[in-house]
Amino acid sequence: MSNDIFVWIEQFNGQPTAASWEAVGAARRLADELGSSVTACLFGGQGIADLAQEAISHGADTALLAEDATLADFRVEPQAALLAKTIREAEPTAVLIGATFRGRELGPVLAVELDTGCIADCIALEFEDGQLVATRPIYAGKLLSKCTIPERRPQIFTTRVRAFPKPEPDPARSGQVTRVEPVLAEDDIPSKVTGFQETRGGVSLADAGAIVSGGRGVGGPEGFEPVRELAQVLGAALGSSRAAVDAGWIPYEYQVGQTGKTVSPDLYVACGISGAIQHQAGMRTSKIIVAVNKDPEAPIFKLAHYGIVGDLFKVVPALTSAFKEKLG
Amino acid sequence: MHIVVCTKHTPDSEAKMSVDEAGNVSWGESPLIINPWDEYAVEEALLLRDKHSGTVTVISMGPEEVLEALKHAVAMGCDEAIRIWDESCAGSDTLATSYVLAKAIEKMDDVDVILFGKSAIDAETWQTGSAVASRLGCPSLMYVIKIAELDPDEKSIAVERLLEEGRQVVSASLPAVIGTTKSINEPRYTSFIGIRKAAKMEYPLWTLDDIGAEADKVGAAGSGVRWPQVFKPPERGGEAEIIEAETVEEAAAVLVEKLLAEKVI
Repeated sequence: MSNDIFVWIEQFNGQPTAASWEAVGAARRLADELGSSVTACLFGGQGIADLAQEAISHGADTALLAEDATLADFRVEPQAALLAKTIREAEPTAVLIGATFRGRELGPVLAVELDTGCIADCIALEFEDGQLVATRPIYAGKLLSKCTIPERRPQIFTTRVRAFPKPEPDPARSGQVTRVEPVLAEDDIPSKVTGFQETRGGVSLADAGAIVSGGRGVGGPEGFEPVRELAQVLGAALGSSRAAVDAGWIPYEYQVGQTGKTVSPDLYVACGISGAIQHQAGMRTSKIIVAVNKDPEAPIFKLAHYGIVGDLFKVVPALTSAFKEKLG
Repeated sequence: MHIVVCTKHTPDSEAKMSVDEAGNVSWGESPLIINPWDEYAVEEALLLRDKHSGTVTVISMGPEEVLEALKHAVAMGCDEAIRIWDESCAGSDTLATSYVLAKAIEKMDDVDVILFGKSAIDAETWQTGSAVASRLGCPSLMYVIKIAELDPDEKSIAVERLLEEGRQVVSASLPAVIGTTKSINEPRYTSFIGIRKAAKMEYPLWTLDDIGAEADKVGAAGSGVRWPQVFKPPERGGEAEIIEAETVEEAAAVLVEKLLAEKVI
């Protein structure tokens, strides 16, 4: 048993996710407290070797690298099998995984393989009396829970996207990269990935720094146009409330809230969204929340930091022009 | 075809949650309901049964309160419902819960598809479905937005599942564990006849002995995770600063200045 920390590095078509570097940053801080080291685990298809150095630049000491066709498309089984094997060999005390869709599927499978605990969707990780304590939201963020894995090892944590700062890469850092081989052959993997339809254009909601969302107040599919324009000027992702999705104005992929995506951007602009508790569950941890709504009594104004009471079809275009002027 | 849906009960999503000094969580007068995400799993099970014929069994690990969730699923149209419980199951994390559910599914011996909701709205771990898949040695297909094909004779399934960048198209062998997500279907309402059927239905209780589970693998003893403290997050102080000005343009300009000063852009 060592005090080292493993981090699973997620990538899609060779592009690493921000959540992975956030997890590396969190692991680095914990390892520094323990006086131990961080190992990045990078398992994908051919052509991802450069990411091993990138992981080290972001704070890992060493990297385990597998490049194999069986690992190219994400499937939980071959990722978990290889990760479990490397963990059995190195016996790290903790494993950190970004709490993305893939990460939240991988964590519990790894926990079963290693007969240990996995704490999901952590927003803080601190030592208290030598015990690693994770804080996570429950009941849609109405309550917080402190969780521990006191006896079993490794302790597995999935870290909420954007809850931990993304470390600045330091290209001067260097470390050993060790190649590892997959555990499962293609015939041993119970599923085949036969295609991928990428969500059309725009910024991904999950790791967006800014999000502009429209709700019932936009009134129809065309009502999203001013919202989309503001998002474009800000380089922000487009989001929506459940009401707009249920009305068929925008696809489900855009939905923020308890039954949609949980987001945590620096800036969240809610346009024509009343702010039902289920919507708040998906965006309440945003750093700055702005509400534009006709109804001064809308619950969103209780959560927002700034608000403008008025017609979104006037206010949102005015915001777009004002930002254009300032941001060029 | 035999389809199993795993469910649990939760407080209503509108519930005002509170926690006392001892750390006990309560949800006031709010009723316990079927976990809302599980309605999508039940609906998908019923759609599959209607298309391919077979039986839908809904199962839940929990004390008597979970009967509310099981009754709702039966009122929607499930054929059988089984509760699994033993006092020693209290305090189970997803490691232990997945062990119990997998043992119960193994006992049935003829299951083709196991369906879960995306997550439970109380603990929101999203973990139990893929953990059960791992225990059963079945493919784990989470966040499924569409079952494109299912062939009970060939024991094959093809699904589209939602990842951050788009939809992954996956084919797999049966039995498989499917985690459903919203927009896979529109869950039906319970009917009067369904509610009557649910009221008259027998809800067998399976104990640990019935499913061949070992007592030291359930409850706190079988769990990795402890949750020693639950608390209310600090309230965000006060209400929004409402920007008011003569014209919309002026208000917008003031807000933009403030947001630039916050350095969030």
